[in-house]
Amino acid sequence: MSMGLLADIATIVLVSAGALLFLAGALGLLRFPDSLSRLHAISKADNLGLGLIVLGLMPQAGSIAGGLKLVCVWLLAQLSAATASQLLARALQRDRTRP
Amino acid sequence: MADALPAVLSGAALFILVVTAIALWRVLRSGIAAERMMAVQLLGTGGAAVLLLIGAATAAAAASDVALLLTLFAAFSCVAFALGSDGEGGDRASPEDRP
Repeated sequence: MSMGLLADIATIVLVSAGALLFLAGALGLLRFPDSLSRLHAISKADNLGLGLIVLGLMPQAGSIAGGLKLVCVWLLAQLSAATASQLLARALQRDRTRP
Repeated sequence: MADALPAVLSGAALFILVVTAIALWRVLRSGIAAERMMAVQLLGTGGAAVLLLIGAATAAAAASDVALLLTLFAAFSCVAFALGSDGEGGDRASPEDRP
């Protein structure tokens, strides 16, 4: 079995897993009862899905710089999701405690 | 196999696009301002994944630059939302908008 075929199979498996995680995040968003649990679904499932897709696309990157840029997209998404979730949860909490 | 890979990647991109659109529709219907901001986060993550997949499927390396920008804008918009609503609650929706 050639390396190219192996890389293609790894790409397909990882990208499919990432797409399924996006579906799981959307289902959580549709079914969860309140804002904080919806925030939980949106910030975890989707970012894991993006991470798996980036991992799956790495073997298809044409150059080292291209692969590094993929990792940069993922890192930026992780950092911004962690910050944004905290900020949004704080805004929701403030609304809840306000009369 | 090498011919099938772009089709699989495009299919995964389409799937994530549909799932993201459904979740966006659900979140945008909410009257809470912080939940609408969650829709922006979702657009950032899902849009970045779709762009990366389409970029890999069509061998367009510039798509990852667009994904990077989309992620950056999602982070900035969320920080602007948290700063702008500071001191007067996260809920900026008009009174008749509230559930």
